Amino acid sequence: MRITYSLALTGMAATPAAAAGIDISIDIPRLSVAEYHRPYVAAWIEQPGQATAKTVAVWYDIGKRNNAGTKWLRDLRGWWRKAGRTLTLPADGISGATRAPGPQKLLLTAGAPPLGKLAPGHYELVVEAAREVGGREQLRLPFTWPAKGPGQTVTAKGTGELGTVTAVIK
Amino acid sequence: MKLATTLLALAATIALGAAPAAARRPWLLPSATSFSGDESWVTFDAAASDGLFYFDLAALPLDGIKAYAPDGTPVQIENASTGKLRSTFDLHLTQKGTYKVENLSQGLFGGYKQDGEMKRLPRDLKPADLGAAIPAGATEVKVTEMSGRNITWVTAGAPTDGVLKAAGSGLEIVPITHPNDLVAGEQARFQLTVDGKPAADLPVTVVAQGTRYRDQLGQLDLRTDAKGILAVTWPTPGMYWLSATVTDARTSIPGATERRLTLAATVEVVTP
Repeated sequence: MRITYSLALTGMAATPAAAAGIDISIDIPRLSVAEYHRPYVAAWIEQPGQATAKTVAVWYDIGKRNNAGTKWLRDLRGWWRKAGRTLTLPADGISGATRAPGPQKLLLTAGAPPLGKLAPGHYELVVEAAREVGGREQLRLPFTWPAKGPGQTVTAKGTGELGTVTAVIK
Repeated sequence: MKLATTLLALAATIALGAAPAAARRPWLLPSATSFSGDESWVTFDAAASDGLFYFDLAALPLDGIKAYAPDGTPVQIENASTGKLRSTFDLHLTQKGTYKVENLSQGLFGGYKQDGEMKRLPRDLKPADLGAAIPAGATEVKVTEMSGRNITWVTAGAPTDGVLKAAGSGLEIVPITHPNDLVAGEQARFQLTVDGKPAADLPVTVVAQGTRYRDQLGQLDLRTDAKGILAVTWPTPGMYWLSATVTDARTSIPGATERRLTLAATVEVVTP
């Protein structure tokens, strides 16, 4: 019993006993290009018709001196306009280093930051990636909160800067 | 009061009926309009040209450049330089919010008839010298005082409204939709004012950048409504040039017969 419980917490087993939340997997494609830099990625939750949005993750170059990596955050154009420009960085539990190619996990728990409390309704999870000397891509995953039943899976597939993005609403 | 020599020379040519060599569109072009990070540098080009935004005619003089920080305080421009075809300068964005940059030019042009012959007023004529420049017995005296305003805005971090208010003099564009928050396919609204009052039914020209690489100019010929409101729906993302001209009799220089107010604004429209 104890084992099942801890597994549920790490998101590896989506049992009905698991806490409500959203498990996100963002696949960063491995690109065969002459000059590769890991992309800046932002993920946020917005409601259609609402001006503001809730950032749940932003991965950027946090290692530069004088916070210099923030200069290119504006290249995440959609996010910058919707939520980024009003967010103070670094943001605890939200911002982090860029991630390597491959599926990257983002596990959000209802009631805890950065997801917090979501009012029931229709939402969109938006994931945007922008790469130095590369392109930009934005994917939208519509979902309803709270989840109906044990788990609602939404998937979107990118064509350039993003691979498959999956969200399990539970 | 500095005179924008080149601008006036060409304006004078038009006023006296000679064919202008090319359309002359003055503009300020920022290297970007939206900035992230702790502090940023933005660089501007200032030129007058036919195509937008290419340096193909003349540099704009920088005497009248004024920049304002989000809190309204004036900011010194840096690294200013004027070449044959364009001027350039930098602005250091140390505050968060929206900066305003404008270039104001003023001058006089005109002419008169003497002994049956049309004569032009000299270039760089100072208002104080206007009386002496027109000889006794001159007829058909026409003197236009001109005020030009080029304006653009750039934002570090989130947009703010502090610098968007009208000064209340001359022809101005007062953003209702924030000028650094414009999106292709969405409608933006501005109010045009003359001496702080709404400029109703005023023709406004809107042209998107990149004229060299398209066959159709795609110019939007719009008009303000009864309250001076201009509504623009941007067809594509990119930099846009907005322009309007008002001619009236509300002169401020003694001896001037009419007043011409010109306005040119540059705004960036982003992808949805």
